[in-house]
Amino acid sequence: MTAPRTLFDKIWDSHLVDQQADGTCVLYIDRHLTHEVTTPQAFEGLRDAKRKVRRLDATLAVADHNVPTTDRSKGIAEEESRIQIETLTENCRDFGVELFDMNDVRQGIVHVIGPEQGFTLPGATLVCGDSHTATHGAFGCYAMGIGTSDVEHVLATQTLVMKRPKNLRVTVEGALPVGVTAKDLVLAIIGKIGTAGGTGHVIEYCGQAIRDLSIEGRMTVCNMSIEAGARAGLIAPDDKTFAYLKGKPRAPKGALWEQAVAYWRTLPSDTGARYDTDVTIRANEIVPQVTWGTSPEDVAPITGRVPSPGDFADAGKRQSVERALGYMGLTAGTPLRDVKIDKVFIGSCTNGRIEDLRAAAAIAKGRKVAAHVHALVVPGSGLVKAQAEQEGLDKVFTAAGFEWREPGCSMCLGMNPDQLKAGERCASTSNRNFEGRQGPGGRTHLLSPAMAAAAAIAGRLADVREYQR
Amino acid sequence: MQKFSTLRAVAAPLPMVNVDTDRIIPKQFLKTIKRTGLGRALFFEMRFDAQGKERPEFVLNREPYRKAQILIAGENFGCGSSREHAPWALLDFGIRCVIAPSFADIFFNNCFKNGILPIVQPKAVVEKLLDAAGRGANAIVTVDLEKQEITGPDGGRVTFEVDPFRKHCLLNGLDDIGLTLEKEAKIAAFESKQRREQPWLYR
Repeated sequence: MTAPRTLFDKIWDSHLVDQQADGTCVLYIDRHLTHEVTTPQAFEGLRDAKRKVRRLDATLAVADHNVPTTDRSKGIAEEESRIQIETLTENCRDFGVELFDMNDVRQGIVHVIGPEQGFTLPGATLVCGDSHTATHGAFGCYAMGIGTSDVEHVLATQTLVMKRPKNLRVTVEGALPVGVTAKDLVLAIIGKIGTAGGTGHVIEYCGQAIRDLSIEGRMTVCNMSIEAGARAGLIAPDDKTFAYLKGKPRAPKGALWEQAVAYWRTLPSDTGARYDTDVTIRANEIVPQVTWGTSPEDVAPITGRVPSPGDFADAGKRQSVERALGYMGLTAGTPLRDVKIDKVFIGSCTNGRIEDLRAAAAIAKGRKVAAHVHALVVPGSGLVKAQAEQEGLDKVFTAAGFEWREPGCSMCLGMNPDQLKAGERCASTSNRNFEGRQGPGGRTHLLSPAMAAAAAIAGRLADVREYQR
Repeated sequence: MQKFSTLRAVAAPLPMVNVDTDRIIPKQFLKTIKRTGLGRALFFEMRFDAQGKERPEFVLNREPYRKAQILIAGENFGCGSSREHAPWALLDFGIRCVIAPSFADIFFNNCFKNGILPIVQPKAVVEKLLDAAGRGANAIVTVDLEKQEITGPDGGRVTFEVDPFRKHCLLNGLDDIGLTLEKEAKIAAFESKQRREQPWLYR
């Protein structure tokens, strides 16, 4: 009898190629997603050492961070962005890697297209030179972000050298109240455990509220695992997972599908499996969340107020809160619902999928964006965009005064023309509110797509529940 | 990769928690296709004002810290994105060692790939080092990787933990792709077994 194992233990054990006495392991990597920002130096390294890409069938590339979200028919105006994307194209051609280029309908944010193509699979290991690779954990896939040296390592060897992380279980008991989404849930989790709460761990999200989430909601939760310090988040695959994947272009077909599903059903954690750390959250206590500071852990219910540095016990945290309030231009004690905004960004690998756009459109429908607000909706991929247009969501958004854009990372990190100006305040469905993240001097408030739409209409941070009929 | 053995250098104090990778190097510098030349981008928004002039209050803009090779910082250093541009920028500036109470996982890992030694120390030790580093020209700290020992300006010594494999790679300047490829037979054997058992992962 083997001891009961967690979902993570099962995936880890089944991918061990080698283990040294000191615990250093060589782990096999089944899937490698690549994009233009973190690969040029890796391909250069391969070229210098005269190495090849070991598994072309396990490697997929897409341009996302630098692409403009406006008309692309004339190419990219900004020279460095253009060169980086051209470099990706050349590298993919030279090494034989499949690439979804800027004009491919399948192009989009790397973490949206992986699942969409069925490239992401349960029980597999997946890496990408991007910390939001944690997204793919929603399928019960051990997925993590890596640096460029490791990108090169995986291209050359299809493995990673690492030590086994610990298991952290976050159990979300009960059901989420009406108007409270996966984004609110993950922000509440980060608020509870802090941005370093998951460091050194893989987080497995369990409990009724997690099981109740759609696959896309699960992606939102796993996506922000890194904001809690964990390189990877995991959710046990179930019938919803299989239904989502079935028929996707790269998912197994026919007899292979049946064989795969039978294996995937063995993956959920065994009863009695041991976790190094356990955290429990009660779903029914969560209200819509919004961040007020410059770290994702700086989060509060929309019904709350901007805190004061004195509210925090730790001296280091007090200092950082003081700096954050200065940067954010906020005064302690201000009700969050009184905070006026300039921009709204709906999109990103956290919230750029079809359900996110539907949730935002449901609030926007028949209403108008406040006159002083500039609001963008950026679909996560070309396929999400096409689906939204088929459902008429683009018309809902444009009628309300939102701009409807081409897919890409857009204003989540402003490596492309979509950026905040210094002092501008943005209600954003992205994942990071760091200083300068959306543009130098820009001020970011993280929230859900429905909350972002409500903020666009109110012209200030708003409680979406007041807009839900 | 540059070897790391013993480093005797100026240590710069950066007493901030949650220093994220966007702060270490903002996104406008990620458009490069090279690893080098990123030193000017290090801590860009804290180091320079909107006109590109140095902010005199920032530690790395002051003597003797312009030549700092060691950085002492607060908890959760390097949180955020996976960008290896963060250690590349530190290295290009001249930083070879970062000492903090805790680090974010991906950043921590990326440092070792670039000849930078990240050292975890208890908060009380970091506070002492921050204080020592604040003493300007006398803020010379010695880091001996072989002995796993830090010596402060006052001669006080503390030991530190480091993963034996990573220590070996740093001391000898080894990149791990070459080392992993020595296990080619094991990788190939894994693949043929996996291809039999989970054929859907191959095409």
